[in-house]
Amino acid sequence: MKLDAKIPEGRLEDKWRNYQLKSQLINPANKKKLNIIVVGSGLAGAGAAATLAELGYDVKCFCYQDSARRAHSVAAQGGINAAKNYQHDGDSVYRMFHDTLKGGDFRSREANTYRLAELSSPLIDHFVQQGVPFAREYGGTLVNRSFGGVQVQRTFYARGQTGQQLLLAAYSQLYKMVKAKKVVMYPRSEMLDLVVINGKAKGIIVRDLVSGQLKRFAADAVVLATGGYSRVFRLSTLAIGCNGSALWKAHKKGAFFAAPSFTQIHPTALPQSSEAQSKLTLMSESLRNDGRIWVPQQQDDTRNANAIPDAERDYYLERKYPSFGNLAPRDIASRAAKERIDAGFGVGKLKNAVYLDFQHAIKKFGLDSIKDRYGNLFDMYHKITGIDAYQQPMMISPAAHFSMGGLWVDYELMTTIPGLYAIGECNFSDHGANRLGANSLLQASIDGYFILPNTINNYLATESKAPSYTCDHPEFEQTEREVQSHIKKILAINGSRTVDHFHRALGKIMWQECAMSRNKTGLEKAIEEIKDIKTAFWNDVKVTGASNELNTELEKALRLADFIELAQLMCKDALDREESCGAHFREEFQTHDGEALRKDDEYGYVSAWEYNDGHFKLHKEALEFEFVQPTVRSYK
Amino acid sequence: MKIIFKIWRQDSPAEEGMLKTYEVDDLTEDMSILEALDHLNELLVLRDEKVIAFEYDCREGICGQCGIFINGRAHGPHDQITTCQLHLRSFNDGDTVVIEPWRAASFPVLKDLIVDRSAFDRIIESGAYISSKTGSAPEANAILIAKEVSDTAMDAAACIGCGACVATCKNSSAALFTSAKINHLNSLPQGESEAHKRVIEMTSQMEAEGFGSCTFTGACEVECPESISIVNIAEMNARIIKAKIFG
Repeated sequence: MKLDAKIPEGRLEDKWRNYQLKSQLINPANKKKLNIIVVGSGLAGAGAAATLAELGYDVKCFCYQDSARRAHSVAAQGGINAAKNYQHDGDSVYRMFHDTLKGGDFRSREANTYRLAELSSPLIDHFVQQGVPFAREYGGTLVNRSFGGVQVQRTFYARGQTGQQLLLAAYSQLYKMVKAKKVVMYPRSEMLDLVVINGKAKGIIVRDLVSGQLKRFAADAVVLATGGYSRVFRLSTLAIGCNGSALWKAHKKGAFFAAPSFTQIHPTALPQSSEAQSKLTLMSESLRNDGRIWVPQQQDDTRNANAIPDAERDYYLERKYPSFGNLAPRDIASRAAKERIDAGFGVGKLKNAVYLDFQHAIKKFGLDSIKDRYGNLFDMYHKITGIDAYQQPMMISPAAHFSMGGLWVDYELMTTIPGLYAIGECNFSDHGANRLGANSLLQASIDGYFILPNTINNYLATESKAPSYTCDHPEFEQTEREVQSHIKKILAINGSRTVDHFHRALGKIMWQECAMSRNKTGLEKAIEEIKDIKTAFWNDVKVTGASNELNTELEKALRLADFIELAQLMCKDALDREESCGAHFREEFQTHDGEALRKDDEYGYVSAWEYNDGHFKLHKEALEFEFVQPTVRSYK
Repeated sequence: MKIIFKIWRQDSPAEEGMLKTYEVDDLTEDMSILEALDHLNELLVLRDEKVIAFEYDCREGICGQCGIFINGRAHGPHDQITTCQLHLRSFNDGDTVVIEPWRAASFPVLKDLIVDRSAFDRIIESGAYISSKTGSAPEANAILIAKEVSDTAMDAAACIGCGACVATCKNSSAALFTSAKINHLNSLPQGESEAHKRVIEMTSQMEAEGFGSCTFTGACEVECPESISIVNIAEMNARIIKAKIFG
């Protein structure tokens, strides 16, 4: 199969318009007859479901949480980027496009990245209109701040709760359409498989998480908006329920998985304190605007942070990357922290953290000003650690955060299965090998609100003439039977170890071998070890309770079974890519001063893996840079 | 560290529930209360028992999904935090900790510690939005909003929808939740044209869901993880009167 990204003709700035001009339309009377399933109710899913419903389609939206308002977009703190140039500091769509492409280390498509920047400006208009209380100047205009990897101020924010405010706006708009009877919302419902009929996505099998019953839903198109899969590391900044199952099921049904190993490790999370820990809480990157990161110059320095004089501190980001300093991109900041921690300069009980210090900022801007900017983040830090960060520096550490990888999609956001779309974090499209801060809320929203509602008609216009299927179709029966027997099989094992036991084991391997730095030996070992975990899981896991009831242990087991398989592919992808780019750092491929060594000639492509009965076949989508010449990324 | 948990077990809405005692003695004080329950659940699995069903998702205090009564208080012994932010260092070795689900007629128990809070979604559905379609927005800076106005809207908008306000209220009133949303949207110029309609429809839905009336005890704002003030309720009441006169 030849991968065709369907990039429209023309100059960069004309491509999206050219696409829209050529795209087929559907008249409003016919839209009413078409059904669309949206899986996930975060910014991408809720935005898409609401907008598709406004356009006239009948929409069914599913989420595993008890309410659409819980989706993990809610947790994004720092902000959302847009090329408004309100600060008059030289920003433009082109600059934002260039920053994003460069931030991703030239492993994303020019056309997609440009469109992301192009649509950022109307998106801010949209959210303001929906009532998002963004930060304001006294005169009433919108405020911006900086984020990593960028030298202009283009980030819009609502205190440290930007994701929450955007998600609540999307959730409100979604429920407006529920009231209008154009969306039916199915909370506490988890998609367990995709139904493909004659090569096209035609429905899903869902488990009602309260009754445990399996249900079938048919549609003319299926949209996955299921978020990231970094819970494969177990310890991550993600919500505990976040999972890769919908993606994995779609992958096994024919959707190619692109760049699965590209995972962002966030530099500013709270460090792990014990084995029992379930979550690494993120502290927003926005803190790096005013906080300074340092470790003691002396190894194993046990003095209290405030007792270490300035001259004996190593502000290593400012030292190594003077032009970006504490605002170096995430992959670089994380690796720099790991380097210092591994070299024995880490701080905290387990020596696994670095300091993020606000003393200078408090002296310079005053306590009130810092409270106004970051008050809720300092409160959160205090609630979790019991430490007052206005007095003591925060202790932070890198943690698994964002999946740049995801289902391969073309310019229309369609996967390799016709009629199956992937939007938001669950696709691979705009971020390349590293995502810039505050581009995640942006991509999720733009995919859901602006792009998908303009591309899905191009498929449905033809599809509306094809026969539609009901849930009685044999393919639905067959798929439901397979899901049923998968569940039965897990419950029947009745072994001697818990689901969490296996998840901890998997997480450790993945964190060790497939996170911030990777090498051939480690990855090969990891693949073997994960195979063993898989065998052990299927022989020895123990899940109590039944399938026909609310059973949280069964939910976890089903998700982990998929994570184990996904982990194998992630390691294979990382092993296959013999270069370093962005967050993918292969130890064998680095410059003399320890920076990533990209090999554009050999690896200037997006890897897209095809599933074939337990084996993975690599396809390559060559990345052609027509408008920007890839350069060596430097933040020094 | 040892904790003696007394936990509400109830298999389904139709069945009766009861407190069951579980002694767990290999805990550490930097565990969160939910991590302690995770640990207890692993022990239960190995003892061939069904796990305790409880709610959580983000575990960083923002999604609003977790929420249980701990020793007679919503979200535990501290003011203004979520359950997931409560750590065992708040208890003493050997303490007895009683854990129950939210108690409110409008939040029926589904299983063990899990309740159904869909009434909140229906209150939102009744009018907590600005009726403006995707694609129809004016330029963002064309709407000037004073910092104080935006800050006040944000204070109210911060609600995470956990339901602690309802659970802790002796009347099971949802006035804090509903008023926070109304004030968020009604205080902004974008929300103005539907302001009267919104306040009437949302408060009517709140009543239809069977939530009790507010008698201004102030219990809710003590437990609210986002410190949402009961001033919001007074403001909502004023808005109801205004809507009835001018709406």
